[in-house]
Amino acid sequence: MSIQSLFTTPLRVVNVGIESFKDVCDQISPPAVQVDWRPPVDVSPESETILARRAAKIEKANQKVMEIILAGTPKLVGLDVARNVIPGMTEDTILHAGPPITWDRMCGPMRGGVMAGLVYEGRAATIEEAEQLAASGTIQYAPCHEHGAVGPMAGIVTPSMPVWIIHNEKYGNFAYCTLNEGLGKVLRYGAFGDEVTQRLKWMETVLYPVLKAAVAHTGPIDLKNLIAQALHMGDEVHNRNRAGTSLLYRAIAPAIVATCDNTGNAIAVLNFINSNDHFFLNLSMPACKATLDAARNVKGSSIAVVMARNGTDFGIQLAGTGDLWFTAPADVPDALYFAGFSKDDANPDIGDSAITETGGLGGFAIAAAPAIVQFVGGVASDALRYTRQMYEITAGESRMYQIPALDFRGTPTGIDVRKVVEKNLVPVIDTGVAHKKAGVGQVGAGLVNAPMAPFAQAYDALAKILK
Amino acid sequence: MNTVGRIKQGFYFDSVTLMRVGRELSGAPGVVDASVVMATEANKSILDMSGLLIPEFKKTGDQDLLIVVKAKDAASAKDALAKAEELLSRKKKPAAEDGAQAPAPRDIPSAAAALPGANLALISVAGRYAAREARKALDAGLHVMLFSDNVSIEDEVALKKAAHKKGLLVMGPDCGTSIINGVPLAFANVVPRGPIGVVGASGTGTQEVTCIVANEGSGISQAIGTGGRDVKDAVGGISFLDAMQALADDPETKVIVLVSKPPQPAVLKKVYSLIRKTKKPVVALFLGEGGMPATLEQAAHLAVAQVKGVDPVKAMDRLTKRDAILMDEAHALIAKRRKAKGRYLRGLFSGGTFCAEAQVVLDGILRQMTSNAPLGDTRKLKNAWKPEKNALVDLGEDEFTVGRAHPMIDFTLRKKMILDEAANPETAVILLDVVLGHGANLDPAAELVPVIRKASKQVFVVAGVTGTIGDPQNRARVVEALREAGAHVQLTNAAACKLAGFLTAKIVRKNR
Repeated sequence: MSIQSLFTTPLRVVNVGIESFKDVCDQISPPAVQVDWRPPVDVSPESETILARRAAKIEKANQKVMEIILAGTPKLVGLDVARNVIPGMTEDTILHAGPPITWDRMCGPMRGGVMAGLVYEGRAATIEEAEQLAASGTIQYAPCHEHGAVGPMAGIVTPSMPVWIIHNEKYGNFAYCTLNEGLGKVLRYGAFGDEVTQRLKWMETVLYPVLKAAVAHTGPIDLKNLIAQALHMGDEVHNRNRAGTSLLYRAIAPAIVATCDNTGNAIAVLNFINSNDHFFLNLSMPACKATLDAARNVKGSSIAVVMARNGTDFGIQLAGTGDLWFTAPADVPDALYFAGFSKDDANPDIGDSAITETGGLGGFAIAAAPAIVQFVGGVASDALRYTRQMYEITAGESRMYQIPALDFRGTPTGIDVRKVVEKNLVPVIDTGVAHKKAGVGQVGAGLVNAPMAPFAQAYDALAKILK
Repeated sequence: MNTVGRIKQGFYFDSVTLMRVGRELSGAPGVVDASVVMATEANKSILDMSGLLIPEFKKTGDQDLLIVVKAKDAASAKDALAKAEELLSRKKKPAAEDGAQAPAPRDIPSAAAALPGANLALISVAGRYAAREARKALDAGLHVMLFSDNVSIEDEVALKKAAHKKGLLVMGPDCGTSIINGVPLAFANVVPRGPIGVVGASGTGTQEVTCIVANEGSGISQAIGTGGRDVKDAVGGISFLDAMQALADDPETKVIVLVSKPPQPAVLKKVYSLIRKTKKPVVALFLGEGGMPATLEQAAHLAVAQVKGVDPVKAMDRLTKRDAILMDEAHALIAKRRKAKGRYLRGLFSGGTFCAEAQVVLDGILRQMTSNAPLGDTRKLKNAWKPEKNALVDLGEDEFTVGRAHPMIDFTLRKKMILDEAANPETAVILLDVVLGHGANLDPAAELVPVIRKASKQVFVVAGVTGTIGDPQNRARVVEALREAGAHVQLTNAAACKLAGFLTAKIVRKNR
């Protein structure tokens, strides 16, 4: 550009501020564009200066991170029991969703899940005993995310639970997730009692071996490919997993029939998957986890590799800030509530499932899922708007996951904390809502905004590292 | 026959897209057959049957994308492969958007990406955020007009240095007026395009010069505002000099007009050096410095004379003759009025440069001048709210604008002062500027007529209207309404100042 060239090309104005200025430009030299400007988030001016000065370095780091995220190849390679495969899993370890949290700060559903887990493991005979043990200090609580795992809702993982094993073939890392329990009285919503324990036992003794044999028979299943197809079929793989579950079903049903000698068990397993539209969630989540974990520890990167909630706090981690968590209180979702429930019943946001948004899916891909637009305002254009808006805060677009309604544009991928803070625009998360009382289950669903505070903290922390 | 292929990994395309690309390839020059498929077993067996399964393809898997071309010669095959790559990587454009549902861009880079050919960012957010936005705009390769004020001098210097390096222009901060490629930006008037280029470190000064140029039948190539601080040594005239150079290089610009308060010495030296190097005529007005031109009006008339090939002496003669007519008019007006009270002029200005020009014009007509923005021998007003003697008050100064919109938009304060000063026994004449154009109050007559009607019963009210016939306010209607209310209207500030000055001087003489 030169000043000279400005005089010889039509004036095209980007207007920030007083809107009438734009109107004049639009009349005389259209089109002009108005920026939907708002003051940036309150971060230290020093951080701002540092990040502006280090912009080139950050860009370079982000490019590297984006290449890793976009090129990841998460594949379902098998199943095993948590204690055998999850790194650092001891007999006293219980993994949970979200950032680190102590027993005394855990919300109802998470406590319920922990107690149900202890009963399931045979560590306690009754719920009262389980509660005592849970609070005793014997149990070591740790975030799933710090052990290569993710879990929906309470995200409780105990040593005996069977888990999916996801291998990011391109980068060699693994991720793990428990099997989805279905609806009704389930541990992930904090339910406990015989029904819960019995189902977990059935999953361990019937579902797990049948699936393990089936996956061994099929060989690695490319989850990236399944997710890409599911997006074309109306899923965003967070709040809608019907297509993903169907695709998985098609992939493994023949193998189940081929490998399971017990016809009754085969039927039970196939029916269990078939009756649970969210069965695939526990694969879309670790697929994102395996993809994003490969991008950790790239110095200088401002891209988020984790967004997660434990029902008390909302936390994020960046590729460029190592193992640090940036947390703030989780909000109670302003979602759509099922008949008979309201916001008063809702637990603050909970679950590792925001890993899907972190990976460019879920709320970021809501435009692919018109069937669930009632969660976002009822009309398909709202869903398009949400997805489009997320391009504002992401560093790139998926090469694999596409939105048909946006002419197959890649989903917005790689949340750049700088853009979140500087544009004052937080990620949207397309999530289920848990009842605040343990065990009641899901009471609603909808789009919720991530809180800004963790992003502002991460912004300052990145600046400190880059100083 | 040449059969060549390529394997691509990590890409996903729906089968319809692949079929479309395959079909386009098959139609390419020299191509006999082509296929673009995912490497499933089924697809590979189809390729095998068509003789397109080259050896490298045999060990590929479901997730690989295969591109294969059979062509008459190696060059055609190579071209076709390149074409396939291009077709597959063709950037997917977002779906045709209905404006209502497309979310507005949240910052300048996003907006620039959404607006093909974007080349200028007009920034008017609060000062403490403005520099950041300007930086983003420069990074996005946009020229910047910073309407915002309260931007630190450090930020201004840093922005202008960065822009200069990139060949970009930063107009402002505190730049109220520019006209680029005929588009009025922020506070600017509707003027025809023409051969006169303006560089202005003063917003209202630029408005007045461009209006007079238009009213005299010429036009503006570009009017580039720089913000008042640009010509101070701290900034070094970066934008002022860049703008001068750009106009010097611009084939559409035949004459260059410079409008500013006197630059600081180091900057002035650079400006003069650039004037000497420029082959085009330069009319430089450094208001308050004396010499010729001394006023905005003279500068504009000299520029128009230059482009019309009129002798500048004759152009100035015309203004002198006009002044004689104003003198006669003052005489006649006073003769018509039975009694004229008071002895002082009170100028209540919404434009700072008009207040400055008034001091230049009235020097030699009136003595005992005071102002809250004094120039030359004018005495500084102790209290801007309490005009004394022949007071020229700039209502755009900070003491009046804190917590209030600019007086060009919000007339409340000025209306009150008009009534107060009219009632003041000392006041003989009230002098006003009325600025039209984009950004200014859209119905100044409705605001001013009631107070002028009242005030003109007690004192003479003189108003200078800055505007053109193209301005959105409808200049003829404004002038008519003001006259009907009792004001004596002139179409330049300088003429209004002269008339007001003559009236005041004659009243003093008459009442002596």
